[in-house]
Amino acid sequence: FADVEETLKRIQSQKGVQGVIIVNSEGIPIKTTLDNTSTVQYAGLIQQLVLMARSTVRELDPQNDLTFLRVRSKKNEIMIAPDKDYFLIVIQNPSA
Amino acid sequence: RLLSDLFLTKKSELNRNGATNTVGLEFISHGMNHVEGGWPKDIDHENMEQTIRFRKKAGKNEAYISSILQLGSVMELCIRQNNAIDKYEQYFEDEEEEEENHNAPYAKTMNVLRDPHQVKRTVTSLSWSPDRGRKLAAAYSSVVFQQTSQLSTDSYIWDIEKPSIPEMVLKPPSPLVCLEYNPRVSYTLMGGCYNGQVAYWDTRRGCQTVAYSSVEHSHKDPVYKVIWLQSKTGTDAFSASTDGQVLWWDVRKLSEPTERLILDLSKEGNLGGALGGISLEFEITMPTKFMVGTEEGLIISCNRKAKTPAEKIVCTYDGHRGSVYAVQRNPFLPKNFLTVGDWCARIWSEDIKESSIINTKNGVSELMDACWSPVRPSVFFTVKMNGVLDIWDILFNQSDPTLSVKVCDGGLYSIRVEENGRLVACGSEKGEATLLEISSGLSVPQKNEKSLMFERETKREKILMGRQREIRLKERCRSEQSREEEVVREDGEESPQELLARAEKDFYSMVEVELKRRRKGKDLIEV
Repeated sequence: FADVEETLKRIQSQKGVQGVIIVNSEGIPIKTTLDNTSTVQYAGLIQQLVLMARSTVRELDPQNDLTFLRVRSKKNEIMIAPDKDYFLIVIQNPSA
Repeated sequence: RLLSDLFLTKKSELNRNGATNTVGLEFISHGMNHVEGGWPKDIDHENMEQTIRFRKKAGKNEAYISSILQLGSVMELCIRQNNAIDKYEQYFEDEEEEEENHNAPYAKTMNVLRDPHQVKRTVTSLSWSPDRGRKLAAAYSSVVFQQTSQLSTDSYIWDIEKPSIPEMVLKPPSPLVCLEYNPRVSYTLMGGCYNGQVAYWDTRRGCQTVAYSSVEHSHKDPVYKVIWLQSKTGTDAFSASTDGQVLWWDVRKLSEPTERLILDLSKEGNLGGALGGISLEFEITMPTKFMVGTEEGLIISCNRKAKTPAEKIVCTYDGHRGSVYAVQRNPFLPKNFLTVGDWCARIWSEDIKESSIINTKNGVSELMDACWSPVRPSVFFTVKMNGVLDIWDILFNQSDPTLSVKVCDGGLYSIRVEENGRLVACGSEKGEATLLEISSGLSVPQKNEKSLMFERETKREKILMGRQREIRLKERCRSEQSREEEVVREDGEESPQELLARAEKDFYSMVEVELKRRRKGKDLIEV
């Protein structure tokens, strides 16, 4: 439990990180550093994106699987690390 | 779903070498309501305590801890990568791309805005909204004489990004023949109706007209053109119609026009003998002057500030063999104006009243509308009854259009260029407004254009003036010889012999000047 906290703290303290969210497979945000509305929005939208990305990768090659997803936008980068039951979302603005 | 995806991929393989024709899709954009979901049934997500407890419990889950630790390390790596080097850096951001002007000019159709009604009406007028042209107002009416009331009276404002459905419907008392955005107040519009009334809209207030003029005091014929004037209150406009009148309006009180001018050349204000106005011209830099193009082919130049109505009509230009459908001054060189009618387009210089300084060759079909490019002084656009849009660049080629594009099958009735010079909208008789994007070669201003135009124009003018003088001289001589008796000779008028002598002197001096110039030129080259 403490390790999880430490990991998250370490991630948060990296340069440019704007927010960290942990979402479970049902789309419920377990841990978040952003406000509730944004969290709910990110969780809902990103879950759909991850499902699509994962199914794309698996269709192209059924032996393959999604390991990481990065969405680069003008203002920041959303990084998603998916797992079987959870996914970790980090929003970072590297030039900030 | 997986199965259908597979099927689609197979199908696309088959079609790889062919083209597919897609059916138009209609898109409607609307917002999405995000609601929290996924919570197990026994937990009410509004209840803070329950959610916090759930979260704490989830946090203690074994699987959770292990997966987060693993994900965390992966994530950290990527974050550090981002911080170490900006992969997406834009190199050479400040350098501009080299202009590739060697490509042929093109006009690409971006979108076609179709009349949603079953019975299609002609797009008789178009107007871009002044706030960088995100919207296009189009007036729809029937130009066929007495085609009756099965036609809807609606006209539309389109958002050019959403071509499937108009942004706003305007409901005038009778179909609109012309429609203009107020260039200063971007949410107000003025339209002229088929029955002679003018109507005023405020888009903030919805689609019904805010006000319209009373039938008794309006025009008795369709209002073919309405233009907003430059005034402090931003509420003045004027309109022209084939009933022979030009009326000025203040939109705050549309029940009566504020001023009236009858296009009677005999200057008697006789409505019966008046010419029918079918196009208007007004340039903000010259607020007291305006020009009216008439059905009879004449262009009348008027001065609004003249004291008596007789003096308001300053002069006329004998333009075309048919209705003058458009008159517009060149935005860079306001002394020159463009007119279209019958089968050609003519460019005039204000001072030379006898004839135009440049004419295009007579085309195959009638020209219905024209306008100058707002960014390039030498470029103008014309549309024809055979559905062709011509783009002319008179510094490049004066005998033929630089680019000719067949926009649609029916006739094109109206054209408007957007302020940035890149987008052109043209309206057809089948109710389609086509938006085209012009290549940069025709829409990016070149460096010395304005001065080049000016040089050639002034030289041309001088030559023409000289020629006019000759013609006048010849005529006067002829009339002198045929009539022995002089009726009244005004003071200062020269006798024919004196005229001849002066003309000869002028001619020789002109030739000498030219020779001297050539010699000087040769000397310079030799040196």
